Amino acid sequence: MRFGGLTAVRSVDFTVNSGEIVGLIGPNGAGKTTFFNCLTGLYVPTEGTVSYKGTVLPPKPHLVTKAGIARTFQNIRLFANMTVLENVLVGRHTRTKEGLWSALLRGPGFKKAEKASEERAMELLEFIGLAHKRDHLARNLPYGEQRKLEIARALASEPGLLLLDEPTAGMNPQETRATEELVFAIRDKGIAVLVIEHDMRFIFNLCDRVAVLVQGEKLVEGTSDVVQADERVVAAYLGEPFEATPEDTQPATEAESTTSTKGEAQ
Amino acid sequence: MTETTETPKTPAAAPAEQRGLIPLPLAAARALLLVGGIATTASTFLPWTWTSDFPGDLTVNGYPGGLQILTLVAGLITVLFALASYGVRGLGWLLPARNNAPLVLTALSGFAVTWYTVLTIAGELGGIVNWEPGTYIAAVASLLPVIGALALPQDATDTTKEALKAYIAKPDRIPAPQATAPWIQRLAITIIAALALTVFAYGIDAEDELFIGFLIVVVFTSWALHSAGLFDRFSHLTATNRSFALAMGFVAAIAFPFTQTNDHYANLGVNILIFGTVALGLNIVVGLAGLLDLGYVAFLGVGAYTAALVSGSEFSKFSGVQFPFWAAALTGAAASLVFGVLIGAPTLRLRGDYLAIVTLGFGEIFRIAVNNMDGVSGPDITNGPNGIPSIPDLSFFGFNFGDSHDIAGFTIGRFANYYLLMVLIMALVITIYRRASDSRIGRSWIAIREDETAATAMGINGFRVKLIAFALGATLAGLAGTVSAHVTYSVVPNPYQFAGAAPPNSAFLLAAVVLGGMGTVSGPFLGAALLYLLPEKLVALQDKSLLAFGIALILLMRFRPEGIIPNRRRQLEFHETGQLDVPETTTLTDEPAITKAGA
Repeated sequence: MRFGGLTAVRSVDFTVNSGEIVGLIGPNGAGKTTFFNCLTGLYVPTEGTVSYKGTVLPPKPHLVTKAGIARTFQNIRLFANMTVLENVLVGRHTRTKEGLWSALLRGPGFKKAEKASEERAMELLEFIGLAHKRDHLARNLPYGEQRKLEIARALASEPGLLLLDEPTAGMNPQETRATEELVFAIRDKGIAVLVIEHDMRFIFNLCDRVAVLVQGEKLVEGTSDVVQADERVVAAYLGEPFEATPEDTQPATEAESTTSTKGEAQ
Repeated sequence: MTETTETPKTPAAAPAEQRGLIPLPLAAARALLLVGGIATTASTFLPWTWTSDFPGDLTVNGYPGGLQILTLVAGLITVLFALASYGVRGLGWLLPARNNAPLVLTALSGFAVTWYTVLTIAGELGGIVNWEPGTYIAAVASLLPVIGALALPQDATDTTKEALKAYIAKPDRIPAPQATAPWIQRLAITIIAALALTVFAYGIDAEDELFIGFLIVVVFTSWALHSAGLFDRFSHLTATNRSFALAMGFVAAIAFPFTQTNDHYANLGVNILIFGTVALGLNIVVGLAGLLDLGYVAFLGVGAYTAALVSGSEFSKFSGVQFPFWAAALTGAAASLVFGVLIGAPTLRLRGDYLAIVTLGFGEIFRIAVNNMDGVSGPDITNGPNGIPSIPDLSFFGFNFGDSHDIAGFTIGRFANYYLLMVLIMALVITIYRRASDSRIGRSWIAIREDETAATAMGINGFRVKLIAFALGATLAGLAGTVSAHVTYSVVPNPYQFAGAAPPNSAFLLAAVVLGGMGTVSGPFLGAALLYLLPEKLVALQDKSLLAFGIALILLMRFRPEGIIPNRRRQLEFHETGQLDVPETTTLTDEPAITKAGA
């Protein structure tokens, strides 16, 4: 992924298998969020493809969500003036198909679908523990609950892969632990999770595998032990010069971001 | 309006800290309110001037006329609120929060309308010699409640400015209403609908001085009711009896032409309805989906021109064709739909300001194109600037809309016929609006408005959903346009412009939506009624009406950015009022929160 002359993410080949929790770490500006945006179609990768369950995804956010990849945002992007329940119902959008006619005519199918959506949304709210706040406006929730609600909204689209962008940013240790449990519970539902995070304890407790992104390139990938033992990771975080820094001499045309889940290698 | 500035009343606040702006004992202040209100009411039975030259004839002893009736009403309202402040049984509901603001504002209402009358008598008839003793009595009597109200004790504040603010502010917390029987609630809604109809019918008939007086009383009284928290109560009431309230509103709308003896006022009514219906269609685009459309009036034009072309008018290009109305309405709506999709498809890829500019351009293109399609500069379709005149009246099953009909002793004229037809279309549009907004598609519109990026990331096809909003809005405008073509006898390109001195034009439509309250059903109708009636009634304002609207809009945006009738969401967006929206029932009966996920 390039922005003008700046290559933000380059040649990241990355696979998430089903039922896995994978961490993505890296110093600020390493391109983690850009990578997420490429995956979810918010950015169109300059080069490379994203595939899910063997099919290449078009770079359109709503089609990516429809295919089964849902995400949260680094800066909470809830629909602030909608209620908690409505937020989750919006997440159900791709899994329902009642159009304008159905809404205007209000046939039995419409009522049934609305009821089913609401039930499903309430299940999710109970799952994250916000069922009692269903009619509160999202903007009025405390910070930690807004984070949870964003996860519930993403889960409402029944994803196979959930992308969490710094889910514990700004949280206290208790809240972080609660989020950890939440992510495990999500994995137990059979949903693969890819999580960006700066909290190392959180990441290494949680993840089956961890990948390190530095200056747009994948530095190392492996289990917690492997990553923690890698000197280059420590060097990258502490700001020491990193010998494999991409040189400007090479024209930045090889940007590639490839991901696939369920073991389908690209 | 300024509820956030008022310091919360604490039980510990000693009475000694409470004082009025005018130092008077509480008993005297209240007595002034009551006596002043009664005296104001009584003074309207005296003659206020000696000549019947003044509009309304204020010379009759024992029979109030013209502006005196307004003073009478304002005086009675003052008395009612004064009695409520005494704690008279049965009037407690008027002052749920027991605050002073409603008393101040009702007193001001009587004072303002009386003094306006008194000064106009002197001004128009040439000097204070035209005053009668009754005039002096009225002037003094109407001043008493204001003095009394300002002497009411108020929590001590630091500055006079804050003290004054507290006198007109709504309290932070309105106590929850007591549970009432459903039939009482319905009776209340019925009475309110009847009152609203009476007020509207009175206002639409009022001319010149009378209309200004009417405005004074309505503005101050509404403000008083708002500050008393009665509007909140009312919206709570309608929310619990939604279908009944809608039905009563519908009945009141149908009853309107039966209150009118002059078809001219039914004409105003039908134009307001057309304007309001189109504004409600625009509300889908602007209020729900958040797309700023500055060329919306073009769709009204498309509907009107389509209906005119197939109306059988001899000046129409297709003069041999005469569709029945249902077919013409469908054709007009369909033509608008096609134009909506054609214009929307390229423009809706833009966001924000760019979209506004491009829609503005397309709106003007419509008018200019219609102007040029006269067979000289372009194909001969719309007859150019001359438009399509002599559109025949509609006729349903032998019911000719052009004739007067007698129904139950009431004469229903031409415009009243169209008014009733327009009420039906309005009901249809309201149903469409409400059903669309409360559905999957409506939620996705709001989501797009709130955060388009997040909405698309949640699986909403932004372009498609926005196009549906745009096309639906266009269709509804086209439908209203088909009626408007028949009402006005002719269609010409000129009204379908971006901004003009008279509605409908895109700027006025947008102003009606913003003024009334974005995202609400009743807001656009209220906005349309105001924007249509004000230039119509205030002839003196005619050439400065745009200036006046500009000033009014600026003031509105400063003091009440969510519009006159606020949408719950919008109100919270503009005012940090915290948890006001939280339903009281759920917070009390909550189960303990489940905090551990999956536990």
